[in-house]
Amino acid sequence: MSEQFKLEIVNPEKSFLLKDDVTEVVIPAYEGEMGILKDHISLISFLKPGLIKIFSKGAEDKFFVEDGIVEFKDNNLTILTSSIYNIKDMKKDTIDTILRETEKNSQDKEISDQQKYLADQKTEVLKSIN
Amino acid sequence: MASLDDLKKRITSVKSTQKITKAMKMVAASKLRRAQESAERGRPYSDKMNNIIVNLSNSITDKDNSPKLLLGSGEDKVHLCVVMTSDRGLCGGFNTNIIKKAKTFFQKIIDEGKTLKIITVGSKGYEQLKRAYKDNIIERISFKESKNANYFDANKVGKIIIDKFEKKEFDVCTIFYNQFKNVITQIPLDQQIIPLKASETKNSSSEDNYEFEPEEDEILSNLLPKNISTQIFKAMLENSASEQGSRMTAMDNATRNAGEMVDKLTIQYNRSRQAAITKELIEIISGAESL
Repeated sequence: MSEQFKLEIVNPEKSFLLKDDVTEVVIPAYEGEMGILKDHISLISFLKPGLIKIFSKGAEDKFFVEDGIVEFKDNNLTILTSSIYNIKDMKKDTIDTILRETEKNSQDKEISDQQKYLADQKTEVLKSIN
Repeated sequence: MASLDDLKKRITSVKSTQKITKAMKMVAASKLRRAQESAERGRPYSDKMNNIIVNLSNSITDKDNSPKLLLGSGEDKVHLCVVMTSDRGLCGGFNTNIIKKAKTFFQKIIDEGKTLKIITVGSKGYEQLKRAYKDNIIERISFKESKNANYFDANKVGKIIIDKFEKKEFDVCTIFYNQFKNVITQIPLDQQIIPLKASETKNSSSEDNYEFEPEEDEILSNLLPKNISTQIFKAMLENSASEQGSRMTAMDNATRNAGEMVDKLTIQYNRSRQAAITKELIEIISGAESL
């Protein structure tokens, strides 16, 4: 039995990524990082800003997401997200711009605790890849 | 009868109009391809989103406490209608069809004694509605600057709607847009987004027990606002494909009509030219005879 399952990442504009030889996916779920292997129980969760790590045969891809929803069912993992970037394609300037914006947002007194938490999370992740 | 010079002028002017409509048709055709592609590529997202929501709402046991966006405010007094049209004209019946559909709906609501509120997206819709429903229009949005439909714009509209819903400014929200079927056919649609009408209530295969993290209602309350933006984005994509398709057909017709007109005018021009020559000949001959 192979240990592979199917992964599809969709954003509003198009189907972003489609792979059917994935062995493990680590997602930044709302309540902490979560690794998904084959035959995981059906699951629905949403994402906080962080890194998606995709392991397939001998390859590892990393993506930065700002938000999203995850559904896992019958060995099909679907990730819906409105903002996703491949780490390899991210330029330092882009990261810096997002970082600066996020930091400014989290200083804002108007926002709720939850939003602040998410913004801080984002800052942390961005700093780590920078 | 028009003089030869006038006819000539008219032929040139019709010809130059034909050039314009032909060019517009070409542009619409190439834009259509792109718009159609992005409409098709955008479908998986909204379909999947819909699926997840159907799955979620099926597994919710405590129906009374589920988020308001799903159930609605429990009343049916104030209707918010989001009419989505284009920013540019010259696209045949595209805008008129949406407006016609919307107006029938408005009339029904007013006849039932309910309050009507309108948000127009796209400037053409506002221009057509402002005469009859000026007091009902509470907001007008236009994305003239953005070239293609993008999610960012859709999100803005979604935020406005949710904001108004939370302030209890309306009970039911319906969006109007043209669904792209093919180049010749676009179907004006009304779609209710608040409270959500699960488009297909599949016979709930409740054997799939999902693990939720965090709780169902928390996920739902996070997901539903996104779904609204997604639905609006879908409508925008469908709309832009429809607009280009409709423009293409309209311009194709216009080009053909202009061609017919040029043919007719040319015949008329040649006839009157010949008549003038004959007249001159007769004059000369009768002049010579009388000598």
